[in-house]
Amino acid sequence: MKKYLTLENGDVFVGEACGDLAAEIKGELVFTTNMTGYQENLTDPSYKDQIITFTYPLIGNYGISLGTSQSDQIQASAVVVREMTDDVFHYQSVITLDAFLKQQHIPAISGIDTRQLTKIIRQYGTMKASLTNQPVKATETEAAHEAEIVKSATRSVTDGKENEHVVVVDFGVKSNIVQSLQQRGIDVTVVTPESTFEDISALHPSGILLSNGPGDPQDYGDFLPVIQKLQDHFPIFGICLGHQLLALANGATTYKMTFGHRGSNHPIKDLITGEIYMTAQNHGYAVDIDSVKSSPLKVTAIEVNDKTCEGLQYPGRPVFSVQYHPEAAPGPHDAKPLFDKFIDLMHVNGGVH
Amino acid sequence: MPKREDIKKVLIIGSGPIVIGQAAEFDYAGSQACLSLREEGYQVILVNSNPATIMTDDEIADKVYLDPLTVPSLKKIIEKEHPDAILPTLGGQTGLNLAVELAKDGILDKLGVELLGTSLHTINQAEDREQFKDLMKELHQPIPESKTVYDLQDGIDFAHQIEYPVIIRPAYTLGGTGGGIAHNDAEMKTILNRGLTMSPSTECLVEKSIAGFKEIEFEVMRDHHGSSIIVTGMENFDPVGVHTGDSIVFAPTQTLTDKEYQRLRDASLTIVNALKIEGGCNVQLAQDPNSENYFVIEVNPRVSRSSALASKATGYPIAKIAAKIAIGLNLDEILNPITQTTYAMFEPALDYVVAKIPRFAFDKFTNADRKLGTQMKATGEVMAIGGNIEESLLKAVQSLELDKQAQRDLIPSYTLNMSVGELLEKIKTPTDYRLFELFAALSKGATIEQIHQSTKIDLYFLSKLEKIIKMQKQLTGSHLNADEVLKARQMGFNNTMIEAVNQTTEHKLANLDQQADQHLVYKMVDTCAAEFESETPYFYSTIGSENESQPIGNSIVVIGAGPIRIGQGVEFDYATVHCVQAIQAAGYNAIIINNNPETVSTDFSISDKLYFEPLDIDHVMNVINLEKPLGVIVEFGGQTAINLTESLTKHGVRILGTSMHGIEQTENRHDFEELLIDQDIAHPRGDTALNGEEAHAIAHKLGFPVLVRPSFVLGGKGMAIVHDDAELDEYLVPALKASAGQPILIDQYIPGTECEVDILSDGKDVFIPGIMEHLEGAGIHSGDSIAMYPPQHLTDAQKEKICAIATKIGKKVHAVGMMNIQFICADDVYVIEVNPRASRTVPFMSKITKMHLAQLATHLILGSSLADLNLKPGMFPEPTKVYVKAPVFSFAKLPGAPTALSPEMKSTGEDIGSGDTLQEALHNALFDSYHINTDTIEGEVLLSKFDAADKDLTDKLASSGFNIKVYEPNMQWPEKVAFALSSQDETPDEKQLVASALSHEVPVFTAQDTVMGIFQPQLIK
Repeated sequence: MKKYLTLENGDVFVGEACGDLAAEIKGELVFTTNMTGYQENLTDPSYKDQIITFTYPLIGNYGISLGTSQSDQIQASAVVVREMTDDVFHYQSVITLDAFLKQQHIPAISGIDTRQLTKIIRQYGTMKASLTNQPVKATETEAAHEAEIVKSATRSVTDGKENEHVVVVDFGVKSNIVQSLQQRGIDVTVVTPESTFEDISALHPSGILLSNGPGDPQDYGDFLPVIQKLQDHFPIFGICLGHQLLALANGATTYKMTFGHRGSNHPIKDLITGEIYMTAQNHGYAVDIDSVKSSPLKVTAIEVNDKTCEGLQYPGRPVFSVQYHPEAAPGPHDAKPLFDKFIDLMHVNGGVH
Repeated sequence: MPKREDIKKVLIIGSGPIVIGQAAEFDYAGSQACLSLREEGYQVILVNSNPATIMTDDEIADKVYLDPLTVPSLKKIIEKEHPDAILPTLGGQTGLNLAVELAKDGILDKLGVELLGTSLHTINQAEDREQFKDLMKELHQPIPESKTVYDLQDGIDFAHQIEYPVIIRPAYTLGGTGGGIAHNDAEMKTILNRGLTMSPSTECLVEKSIAGFKEIEFEVMRDHHGSSIIVTGMENFDPVGVHTGDSIVFAPTQTLTDKEYQRLRDASLTIVNALKIEGGCNVQLAQDPNSENYFVIEVNPRVSRSSALASKATGYPIAKIAAKIAIGLNLDEILNPITQTTYAMFEPALDYVVAKIPRFAFDKFTNADRKLGTQMKATGEVMAIGGNIEESLLKAVQSLELDKQAQRDLIPSYTLNMSVGELLEKIKTPTDYRLFELFAALSKGATIEQIHQSTKIDLYFLSKLEKIIKMQKQLTGSHLNADEVLKARQMGFNNTMIEAVNQTTEHKLANLDQQADQHLVYKMVDTCAAEFESETPYFYSTIGSENESQPIGNSIVVIGAGPIRIGQGVEFDYATVHCVQAIQAAGYNAIIINNNPETVSTDFSISDKLYFEPLDIDHVMNVINLEKPLGVIVEFGGQTAINLTESLTKHGVRILGTSMHGIEQTENRHDFEELLIDQDIAHPRGDTALNGEEAHAIAHKLGFPVLVRPSFVLGGKGMAIVHDDAELDEYLVPALKASAGQPILIDQYIPGTECEVDILSDGKDVFIPGIMEHLEGAGIHSGDSIAMYPPQHLTDAQKEKICAIATKIGKKVHAVGMMNIQFICADDVYVIEVNPRASRTVPFMSKITKMHLAQLATHLILGSSLADLNLKPGMFPEPTKVYVKAPVFSFAKLPGAPTALSPEMKSTGEDIGSGDTLQEALHNALFDSYHINTDTIEGEVLLSKFDAADKDLTDKLASSGFNIKVYEPNMQWPEKVAFALSSQDETPDEKQLVASALSHEVPVFTAQDTVMGIFQPQLIK
């Protein structure tokens, strides 16, 4: 069965339908250069409502396994691949990628020249696209909307009593962020972005983690005053969207990148230590590095290749953020020590409240 | 860190002659490193005794020493040149070992010479098994239970403790030489004894076998600052148990989850950081296919064969970057040469699949043990790039030049009558043909689960093979439609493979291809999966909708030489690169098509455009149809390129240089004989036979002994001298089969002095750079002979006659470019062979005459006359110095292979020695070839019974002052052996003598001529 991928700029790719054969969707078309970790990518809430193109041609090689998803469902709206592996033999696999997509009613298209598509996105930037069962006009892709703010419920995910306690503000948090804290003996309470400063303070946190999440950081204006108050009282660690929100809350600005950073091979230079390491990234917006100068924040890391802002620090306070994903999943573990740094800051700041 | 200013002059040690385990990849690494250092303004001194390399070209280093790779020789150079530093990590294990020995010698400390890249401490930590084990323990990295043993009993006791199977790994040997897997005490005794003998420190590691695990390799780069990256992960198709050099390998990894991949990546980085590697490093790991367990197998703290593969697979030039790191630059300070806009501090993202298949010499060494294990046996490899496993694998199969039938049908003819059960049993033993046997088993209905049971190969890969076989069956006999053909194309089926199972034609297939939704297109290798713009001229074909390769125009296509094998080595890559340089100098764009990941020619910076493609007519024509070049040059790509000439001509392609007619005049037996008769040139009488009866009749007419060989030969494959009817019969059965309908040539055998010339011609006049005289007589392949230049035993009249004949032949066939002509000087000067192409001796003669012969030949091909190039017709004046080219054999790597020198070529490489006298030149050449020091020969000469019976030989040796001992089976090995000689390899005693000599690392000769030639009183001290 044929499937049509129609781009905002008028380009049409015809391929084989896979995943949910009937479903038709519209969304923002992005690409990731990850060669492994498709399950983590698809279930990462930052990909909410996006159509993910994988530049690596063989996707699905080792199936879908338990304990790998980054949220309880597939977040991406559709998947574009060159070839989807149908026969899976990995000992941990419980279901094939195709079956996983079908189960969750996510459409996909295969047999596409994904390199050609990637070059179009690189050239014209991230754009709207639709995945349909019949040919459509390019204008019909435009109704696609950006992801809405994640509406999560407050929940305690650990019931420890004497450990440090981190409140994670859930803009679309990846489960490995929570797990990375728990593995270090931290109690975690996940709260919704609709929480107030008072709601959060009442939980007596040792620190606050501002999570990753989908969409334009400027759509989260309601939460900025909360961050402004939180940073006066608590250690804060921002990741990805959380990093952008910390910047906005302090008067810096953000902008939409042409095609973003999505992959596991982004080199980061830590301007404090001079260290360089590989990071996992997934973002379409970035903090304007020049705008940081007029804020109280300091740039602590940049991307080696395009020199974009990758890390921020509030001088004199236990408040910092990174644009990349220290929790990896998928991607390199090189930045994992940031979680330890966050915990150290909580210790310095008084430990258990 | 900015680059170091305290260093001005760097010495690079090359890897020496090509042997199994250490091949062309080090020419690639070395030349890349030299250029990289010079680019940064450093003075580079290079030492390598292998003339057939690009790295020893004058343009590559400031000073090139074609000297022996021994400590005394290097010390002399270091004392003379006073380098500030040595970069030892680019010359393979040879370079690394020499650096260790030089450091131990104390000369480095004495003269203040620094070791760059990797410290002595690191080298020891990575190479010494016990130190490595301790380090892994300290880093909490799991390694299989193991123990270093120094004697047999200790090894056996430990094996009982950890239970068989166990792996035996000798310390400090090349490519794991001497190692193996033992399943019981008997095997343990054989392998451990061999390993202990071969290890310079009489040291072996006995370890628990983890055969069957997934074998994964990571290529890591680390700089002085400690930043480190993975260039790529690679996954072996063959599970742990087969040496990675002998395994089919895919890049990137295919069956690992992100968690598994990152776990192994973390392990690799932890180890490389602990070792404080500065440069490139290879880490080999084993992943349990059924749990999260993994083991670290080994670490190579240097550039390796795998790093050459990784460089070509990703576009990331490891050796070039490693050299820059060695002189202090950090990864974020080095531009990514591919994108030019990003830095070397990143991990390549691939948007294609790479397959590597090793190439073995078992087609020549049919009796050798084909079983693959922990000791590497491959001489070379091919790489292919495609959109999926099937396509990259089949493209690699099409590149192998191994066995036309198997490459076309996938199922070898010898398996046709085998049952599924027999095949399932057969594939338990990994061999060079196992891939094809897997296809055969699948085709006969074996399930992938059954095959997995027999082989432990991951079901993922087996399912891909099954898809290929299903596709082949679907194509068989059916009426093809466009969609089917497209699906076959996506799996890599070329015209030849489709036509083998379907009554279709090239024309019909082209029509169906036209109708399909997607077509054959070319995609760029850019290190970043198109995330960044790049202009790399490095392409591969696949099926898609956008072609990225725009024809460059004003171009000439050069056909490369494919995988390194015996008979067609790195010298043809050398010639290919020179051809490209001349094309560019003449103002044209040069396009290379080749499939060998180890070589210089397949670096994207060498040509104006590189197509990494199989060298079969289908893929070559696809490139030509797109590029529409002015013409194609086939003279430098060895027999690979020459063999394509006829098909190319049929497709209307313009061959530049000697015409197809000229090629046929020299390659076609009857045309050639006619030409020789017509020109009144003496030649051995002979005839062609299509069957045994004809062969016997001809042999009797000519009189025994006769020389027999197939027509269209490569490196003398299948040649033999037979002395009687019985021997002739023994030869004929396999030869007739291998010749596939082509006639067998039978010639009079003329004993005499063999010599050869390479000629340059513009079609009118002929220039001869020089005559090379062979030390061994006719009947020993020219590639296995010691060659001397200028000739030492020819009369002026003979030289003049050779010159006259060469000129006559060149003129008569209107040779344009290069040709190689071989002679026997006896009562007359006989012509025995003409190769209408550049030969293996081109680099040797180029280095001596200081003329880039392949470049000059290319200019002739492009239309220059000899006069335009200032080449005076006739013979080039002889030099006063003497030069010797000596062969290097890899017998120790190929147990069971025939060793006696014969018309069939056996050497894998060569070295050069020079001096004011033949004595001195021979002395210098023999270090790295026969590993003998003619100044300090001590001990007895061990002769086989056959050789001991030769009075002439024993008299000569006695008069040279040698004590002769006749080898007796299972004799006590003498305390000191000067060398061993067994010129025959028929009897078990003879085989045992050679094997024992090899394992005791005693110089071993396998031809009487060589020994008689070298050990004359006037030639030795």
